[in-house]
Amino acid sequence: MSYRLGPTTTPDTKFFWDGLKQGKILVQRCKGCARLRHPPRPMCPHCNSLLWDTIEASGRGTLHSFVLPRHPQWPWFEGTYVVALVDLEEGLRLVTNLVDVDPAEVTIGMPVEGRVEHFDDGVSLHQFRPRSPR
Amino acid sequence: MSVSLRGRAAIAGIGQTEFSKESGRSELQLACEAAKAALDDAGLSPRDVDGLVTFTMDSSEEAEVARNLGIPRLTLFSRIPYGGGGACAVVHQAAMAVATGAAEVVVCWRAFNERSGMRFGGAAMAGATMLPPFLDMVGPYGLLTPASWVALQARRYMHEYGVTNEHFGRISVVDRKHAANNPAAWFHGRPITIEDHQASRWIVEPVLRLLDCCQESDGGVALVVTSTERARDLRHVPAVVLAAAQGCADDAELMTSYYRPEISGLPEMGIVAEQLWRQSGLRPADVQTAFLYDHFTPFVLVQLEELGFCKRGEAKDFATVERLSIGGELPINTSGGLLGEAYIHGMNGIAECVRQIRGTSCNQVDGVEHVLATAGTGCPTSGLILGRV
Ligand SMILES: [Zn+2]
Repeated sequence: MSYRLGPTTTPDTKFFWDGLKQGKILVQRCKGCARLRHPPRPMCPHCNSLLWDTIEASGRGTLHSFVLPRHPQWPWFEGTYVVALVDLEEGLRLVTNLVDVDPAEVTIGMPVEGRVEHFDDGVSLHQFRPRSPR
Repeated sequence: MSVSLRGRAAIAGIGQTEFSKESGRSELQLACEAAKAALDDAGLSPRDVDGLVTFTMDSSEEAEVARNLGIPRLTLFSRIPYGGGGACAVVHQAAMAVATGAAEVVVCWRAFNERSGMRFGGAAMAGATMLPPFLDMVGPYGLLTPASWVALQARRYMHEYGVTNEHFGRISVVDRKHAANNPAAWFHGRPITIEDHQASRWIVEPVLRLLDCCQESDGGVALVVTSTERARDLRHVPAVVLAAAQGCADDAELMTSYYRPEISGLPEMGIVAEQLWRQSGLRPADVQTAFLYDHFTPFVLVQLEELGFCKRGEAKDFATVERLSIGGELPINTSGGLLGEAYIHGMNGIAECVRQIRGTSCNQVDGVEHVLATAGTGCPTSGLILGRV
């Protein structure tokens, strides 16, 4: 059984978590100026519009930073796991895990690709893997 | 009309409890003990106090502290957010109150059982079934501790400037060297070498080892702020507030500000630094010693850059044990800091800065005129320059 600590959704973040449940990494797009934003928030910092819709991120990106948390150990992770900060090709950044990779092979700048995984406790999260550069 | 805070207020009293891993008493009692000790140190009575300032995270109510001390009349009470980022801001708040007449004598305090009670290091998280909303975007992926939040940002700093964990270890060695000579420090008499640092276990690989992380402590520290004029009639040489400032930069979060174009700096501290130098009219070379908030060693290096002691990316060469130790060009954290003395959210570092101004530190620096203190980094923060003037 594989499970994760789930989020406390708020009215501002509900679309994001609902999107993951449907297998999509959604990011906000301002209806006032069309700029994208992440993490979720109610107001556009550029034009102050409260109106937005969402687009599905491609999931393609590069690794901006990563670490291997060692202590404390959590019931949700076994052994070594990689926490990654990814630059999406849409110009946004997000925190995720890099999986199916030897931690010794991980380098900043490497191309990565993400998709949604559904854990056994009902939590859905994006998880990234190395990808071949296009 | 330009009104400056420079020179208007001073820290006239400092007080603290013992620093331990289990105080055996309530956080309210620790707050009251520290406040009373600071007033005694200043030579003032609780009846002189009309202002109280603490951290939003502090569990002791202002009215309760006032009732215990016997403060009959309060005209100012306010709180600063962002944990240790508020350490210098409580003095900023008190100094502004004194300068405007909102209060005449203000006690600032921080007191907690951070080791024996609610620990910030994540121990409480293991039993959690749901994340607090501020961790939604990082917690599910395993970033559940302050160490891990800092490490993901510091890893990028290491990558951009060729910094290694051994560079961070020099801060640990300096702090523990100073703590070794401070009887109030938890690590009194227990210095470490860089080899000890490199042999300590990874907390977040490849950024933070055990000895890069501050302690968890029980205890309390209080500071008494009043007008410089009044402070001159009290017991000690006043530690005059020459500059005090807060800073929050664009796109900030509580220790997970990962979404800015560049994350290898601490722009909040840059905003604080610019104000400190402008208000005080001083330059980094005018500072003889500093408390640089050391919850995690990497951000001490980044602070040296943001404050202008060295250029961006050069802290790894600037931050040598010799330069930062007593007898060096810029001794830092002379009480041992949060790594060596205690983790009282930075307030113990400010108390040490006051001792340096008075000339009463266990690791006294020669010829101190100006001392710099900073607050918690990776979040909205604050800073302070104290002077012997
Ligand atoms: Zn907009």
